[in-house]
Amino acid sequence: MINVQPNLAMDNGPNNPKDSETVIQCDLKELHYGAFKAVRDTRIPIRKGEVTAFIGPSGCGKSTVLRCLNRMNDLIRGFRFDGNVHFRGRDIYHPGVDPVAVRRYIGMVFQQPNPFAMSIYKNITYGLRINGYRGDYDEIVEKALRGAALWDEVKDKLRQSGLSLSGGQQQRLCIARAIAVEPEVLLMDEPCSALDPIATRKVEDLMSELKEKYTIAIVTHNMQQAQRVADRTAFMYVDTTQGGRTGYLVEMGETGQIFEDPTEQHTRDYISGQFS
Amino acid sequence: MPELIDAPAPSQSAGSDQPNLNALERSLRKPRTFFSVLLSILATLLTIIALVPLFSVIFMLFYRGGSNLVASNFWNLPPAPFGEGGGFGNALVGTLVMVGIASLISVPFGILAAVFLAELGPFSRTANVVRFCAKLLSGFPSILAGVFAYSAVVLVTGGFSAWAGGIALSILMLPIVILTAEEAIRMVPSKMREASIGMGATHTQTVLRILLPTAMPSILTGVMLAIARAAGETAPLLFTALFSNYWIVTNNQLDLNQPTASMAVLIYNFSGVPFENQVQLCWSASLVLVLMVLVVNLVGKSLSSRAPQR
Amino acid sequence: MDLDTSSEISRPPSTFQRVSDRGFRILSLGFAWLTILVVLYIIWEIGSKSTPAMKTYGAGFLTGTTWDPNTGEFGILPEIWGTLYSSILALTIGTVFGVAVAIFLTEGYLGTVVYNTLRLCHLQQHRLFSKAPTACETLLKNLVELLAAIPSVVYGLWGIFVVIPMIRPTCNWLHESFSWIPFLGTPLSGPGMLPAALVLAVMILPTIAAISRDALVSVPPKLREASYGLGATRWETLLAVILPTAAGGIFGAVVLAFGRALGETMALAMLVGNANRISVSLFAPGNTLASLLANNFAEAGGDENKVAVLMFAGLVLMAITLVVNMIGALILQRATRGLKGLN
Repeated sequence: MINVQPNLAMDNGPNNPKDSETVIQCDLKELHYGAFKAVRDTRIPIRKGEVTAFIGPSGCGKSTVLRCLNRMNDLIRGFRFDGNVHFRGRDIYHPGVDPVAVRRYIGMVFQQPNPFAMSIYKNITYGLRINGYRGDYDEIVEKALRGAALWDEVKDKLRQSGLSLSGGQQQRLCIARAIAVEPEVLLMDEPCSALDPIATRKVEDLMSELKEKYTIAIVTHNMQQAQRVADRTAFMYVDTTQGGRTGYLVEMGETGQIFEDPTEQHTRDYISGQFS
Repeated sequence: MPELIDAPAPSQSAGSDQPNLNALERSLRKPRTFFSVLLSILATLLTIIALVPLFSVIFMLFYRGGSNLVASNFWNLPPAPFGEGGGFGNALVGTLVMVGIASLISVPFGILAAVFLAELGPFSRTANVVRFCAKLLSGFPSILAGVFAYSAVVLVTGGFSAWAGGIALSILMLPIVILTAEEAIRMVPSKMREASIGMGATHTQTVLRILLPTAMPSILTGVMLAIARAAGETAPLLFTALFSNYWIVTNNQLDLNQPTASMAVLIYNFSGVPFENQVQLCWSASLVLVLMVLVVNLVGKSLSSRAPQR
Repeated sequence: MDLDTSSEISRPPSTFQRVSDRGFRILSLGFAWLTILVVLYIIWEIGSKSTPAMKTYGAGFLTGTTWDPNTGEFGILPEIWGTLYSSILALTIGTVFGVAVAIFLTEGYLGTVVYNTLRLCHLQQHRLFSKAPTACETLLKNLVELLAAIPSVVYGLWGIFVVIPMIRPTCNWLHESFSWIPFLGTPLSGPGMLPAALVLAVMILPTIAAISRDALVSVPPKLREASYGLGATRWETLLAVILPTAAGGIFGAVVLAFGRALGETMALAMLVGNANRISVSLFAPGNTLASLLANNFAEAGGDENKVAVLMFAGLVLMAITLVVNMIGALILQRATRGLKGLN
């Protein structure tokens, strides 16, 4: 039981009993970068203990939506978010909420592996240090590296630079770094797009293991990957009818249903490859 | 203008559709080629001439300065005219002390301002004005830094001092530190910054734990360049620290409120005197000063070249 | 309100973290502001200290030609003239050499020469020697940068003991043979405009060479390839395509170097002769604003009038250099913006 924000707003979002296992409920009305409307009308629930995949063509805003879930978009100039995102019933876009606190519970793994220019050990303990955690670092480092299936490969070179690892190892190091602080949710933004097939396979296997403990949301442009790892899939598409290129959610459901029996024509075209 | 067509065809090949392949040969008799080679030679000559002063200066420093440089120069006071021996010990100490003061002021100041420019508000109007001011300061004549310190420190405290000299130098160092440190922090890959912020680090934690440590080699390069520049400056010290024939430390006490000698001002003062011993000391001091400045410069540059390129 | 979480490590930022984050931001913003304040303070300090002199002498200060502390008559026209004259002379020489060096560096002449020499000895694939062309180019670039690292007082010393004795016979011969030409109207008795300008040219050369080199390098290679592809020679390409494209950057470099030359003090104070007169002769001694300040401030002592007069001269110098530097910075900014469309 940890006290987050004494002055948090009371839950004013949807609290449907059937969504009781929903960890993050994203209700996005409109999202702008300056004058550019990037995404509209997207409601995505992320359920506890599941892998939720975001698929869709390039530029449909799937990464943008993912980055809204831990307020990474706040760093971008001209970013404007209309709607709300509820994390365990609290609106994280409420003015009283500290985005830094949000990011400590909702971790992120990025498209490009991004280890810090420090040792593997220090990469992992970075999160512990910024959280002011006092405890057995060695134990947590081992646990996190085992969790990311990297322990056997690096246990003898923990003092070497994180940059000395291969791409796939770097990405697993980043995953280990993210899970070392035991976040509630792990957001993964095309985590395998910079990796070769073997490394991709390892990261995918890892995801299936990780969902036992963590809730995962993953953006991918690889439909086979979504089918392999995701429990539920959200399909997004680009709307060019209003002059711009605005992404929106077409449909969302069980992965099997989306890929075998989609309700929308756009989804069907995209899945079957008849995509313009 | 393709030459194959311009070239007049020799008479024996007239009537033939074959192009004249002689035109393909390289020849200085063609005006275009000749012109190009001539200009290349000219550029080479000009470059060689441009480097003559450098070698001439270095040669003179070793020829006139090196031949008379002895170890006792480093711990003796400047000699009187026609005197024996002597040295630039107090000037060396004075330069180090004043550059030290200037660094203590300008390095923390500059790095903090650079953190704002590069990370906390890079696109704000304040940042634009600050950048403009820093560029303005970097093109500021060094003598005006002296004029300012004279007015703001010497006239206020009532006397020439090491403090005034140090403050004048810090004004020259400040823009170098700000601009290079900003550049250095910007060069840190943004994905590292994102990784840190994505884990829930505050801006301060990101700056102190990721950005500054990663950018530190390049920041130090900028600091070293600034120090090298300050160590060689004369104009800002002429009427702020003035000069002194004595040590800055008297009775084991460092007194920063008195006129203070510096290498650069010693060289200036002794360059125009008719006394051979002082002129010789002047050359030796120049050699030492140039070597100091070059070493600091090279150390600074080697720091950033060893930094990780990613 | 509590958050039921399984995490034992993640926690929201502590009060200390939040306060220190806030404090650090304010500190950093404060120092950024302080930079602005320092500049304003410098301008205000010099401006306010010179107001008494402005009131007493007014515009006559700028057009007066006498500097006589005994009668209290002060004018800085000779110094303004000397500042501009020496700087323009130095700039002319420095630009020719600086641009030539920049071209020499970007065209890779040295690397080609070294490579061809190696090939003559069949060493171009050698483990060590194969690195020589690149190494030599880097060395040359560093040597040019080294020119900028030498303190100006050392250049002044070199000017006194090397440049003046070296050029004096030639200068005096020129004067005797062509004394009807105004530029050669006086003999070179020692310090004078020409040695000062020569040394100044050496000092600004690295600035011009470095910035021009950046401008030349930033010309997209596709332009060069397009010109070569049409059959142009190296220098036709340089003169017709590369230099015009980089002209903005080179011109900005020249203007910035002009700003440096105007404010340069020591080399001029040691070489220009400190004579309060206006002459077009290259060999006549003169004076500049910066060396006027360098020579007179230390003795100004408590004489408030003299301090005010010198501050006024400093203000004039500041105004001239600020204007020149701003123009240079603007030109460089335009030049980089203009190149954006090419990439």
